[in-house]
Amino acid sequence: MTALAGAAAGAGLTATPPPPVPRRRRWIPYVLLLPGGLWLLLFFVVPSVQLAGTSLYDRSGSLELGYTQTFAVGNYVDAIAAYWPHLVRSAVYAGIATVICLVLGYPLAYAIAQKSGRWRNLMLVCVIAPFFTTFLVRTLAWKSILSDNGPLVGIFRAIPFVPDDFRLLATPAAVVCGLVYNFLPFMVLPLYASLERLDGRLLEAAGDLYAKPATAFRRVTLPLSMPGLIAGTLLTFIPAAGDYINAELLGTPNEYMIGNVIDSAFLVRLDYPQAAALSFLLMATILVLVFGYVRAAGPDEVV
Amino acid sequence: MADDLVLENVTKRFGAVTAVDDLSVTVPQGSFFALLGASGCGKTTTLRMVAGLEELTSGTVRLGDKDITGLRPYRRPVNTVFQSYALFPHLNIEDNIAFGLRRRGIGDVAKKVADMLDLVQLPGFAKRRPAQLSGGQQQRIALARALVNEPRVLLLDEPLGALDLKLRRQMQIELKRIQTEVGITFLHVTHDQEEAMWMADTVAVMNDGRIEQLGAPTDIYEFPASPFVSNFLGQSNLFAADVSGTDGDDLLLTAHGERFAAPTTRARSTDGRVWLGVRPEKVRLAVPGEDTPATHNQVRGVLTDTCYAGVSTEYLLKTPWGQEMSVFSANAAAGEPLAPGTEVVAHWYPPHSFVLDRPTGEGDEIARYSADPLGVSP
Repeated sequence: MTALAGAAAGAGLTATPPPPVPRRRRWIPYVLLLPGGLWLLLFFVVPSVQLAGTSLYDRSGSLELGYTQTFAVGNYVDAIAAYWPHLVRSAVYAGIATVICLVLGYPLAYAIAQKSGRWRNLMLVCVIAPFFTTFLVRTLAWKSILSDNGPLVGIFRAIPFVPDDFRLLATPAAVVCGLVYNFLPFMVLPLYASLERLDGRLLEAAGDLYAKPATAFRRVTLPLSMPGLIAGTLLTFIPAAGDYINAELLGTPNEYMIGNVIDSAFLVRLDYPQAAALSFLLMATILVLVFGYVRAAGPDEVV
Repeated sequence: MADDLVLENVTKRFGAVTAVDDLSVTVPQGSFFALLGASGCGKTTTLRMVAGLEELTSGTVRLGDKDITGLRPYRRPVNTVFQSYALFPHLNIEDNIAFGLRRRGIGDVAKKVADMLDLVQLPGFAKRRPAQLSGGQQQRIALARALVNEPRVLLLDEPLGALDLKLRRQMQIELKRIQTEVGITFLHVTHDQEEAMWMADTVAVMNDGRIEQLGAPTDIYEFPASPFVSNFLGQSNLFAADVSGTDGDDLLLTAHGERFAAPTTRARSTDGRVWLGVRPEKVRLAVPGEDTPATHNQVRGVLTDTCYAGVSTEYLLKTPWGQEMSVFSANAAAGEPLAPGTEVVAHWYPPHSFVLDRPTGEGDEIARYSADPLGVSP
């Protein structure tokens, strides 16, 4: 839900205005927009308005007794007061995961796009292959990989100076690892798309114009892959910030992210107004962060 | 001179394919030097080896006294105008031109860029993006981006290939003007023989990884070194002939039972099997009965095709031994072009002939060395 909201916001930011068209064909863009627009209206705008109403309900009501529609802005204040650490943690975990995805994904995307030759398609399939299994199963697999009697912990404990009670599961590192693993393809694919278009002759030209390889990367490759980089980081950060499966399965309540809180507020505590308020807070946090990021990192065309 | 570009025994192999084969050439400082050849002859590979974009299999590249063979491209004092222009799409024109200056930390960028834009006659384009420019304008910017670095050698890789004919002519004049103005050595790669002749001081005709002939355009055109050159640079009529003797300064030849003469100074081979060549525009046509100078070489024939091309008329005639011969006749005189089917005598002044070596086997069954063996000359 929140991921959908964020993605829609991201798409809005990167869209370019349609080119001018002859007058008599003016209606065509609207026809093309119609199916998607209707879908978003029904399943995004309407529920959002509904959710906004819910977030302002009088919290003294309950699911059995019914709620009164008020304008209880205090719900937001209460939600921030109670759960700001989870909001911050979500942003921090998602941020770290995004940076790691970028560090892992950029060279990978570059290698596939520019250096893989006839292996390109196979490598792309390998990037997408994890999606053939469900998100849940993949995360559960990580649970056993990282578990206390799993192979990885054994290796770590064999290293001198690593304490015997060293563990990976149920730590922030485990949650971030899970996020990185689950969202890496979302980083790699947009990066691949823009690096694949990169004209190798531009790098030759840069070299010819006295740019060392590192400078050529910084001045030519990086700026030209910026649209893919921004799309990739957004597609990683936004769903990662709203994710709760990784924290649930690989962490403890100490690693719970805002998604876990919203999940339990809706389904366990049945505190609908607070859950709705938290959802909007998450959306707002993501929007502010993403907007600031795109303003800072984006080339002129993106904003 | 101090800044001559010297290639010595340069060879480049791609797997089993030899693109450049033991090539040695000196490009004099300040010259406009054209590497001319059909696609795949190794001319672009040669250029890329000078730029450092391609590693040599063997040989050396020197610039002045300095061996630059192993230098990375960014350490070479040469710049390239790429065939595709390769302008940086994310930078505006000013930043594109300033790219090389900034990498080397050279000051006074704004003034240098403005001067360059003036030189290529595009002032006021500094803030535009490459995508907003036409092909011809992008071409000029690519030139400015390379020239602003004041390279010791400017490499041009078919820079006019993507332009339409009229723009190409205009840019040829422009390039020639700029080269004269800046005095930098230009090494120009092209497959367009007219372009090479038009612009270059020295032309090297390349074929199959080697230089077939090197010299001033007029020398190459007037006295080609091989059948390939004679037909790559313009067209030639070549007759399989044998040397039958000499008469003073003239070489006497027999071809298909007819007797011909050519000055010994115009012969690359003076005995045995030779090609007798003559350019189509040097040949004149006479109708039977009309007087022709007695000393002229003569070939009788029947016109098979008449092609009126405005400034000239291009005739094709069939010789008694079945070979086709082309004759270009300037449309200077009044009157109708001769009609196909007319019996004519083609004749030319012997010093317009040239004589080339004809190895065993060549020309024995080929009626005529095709006027256009590669389909490249216009």
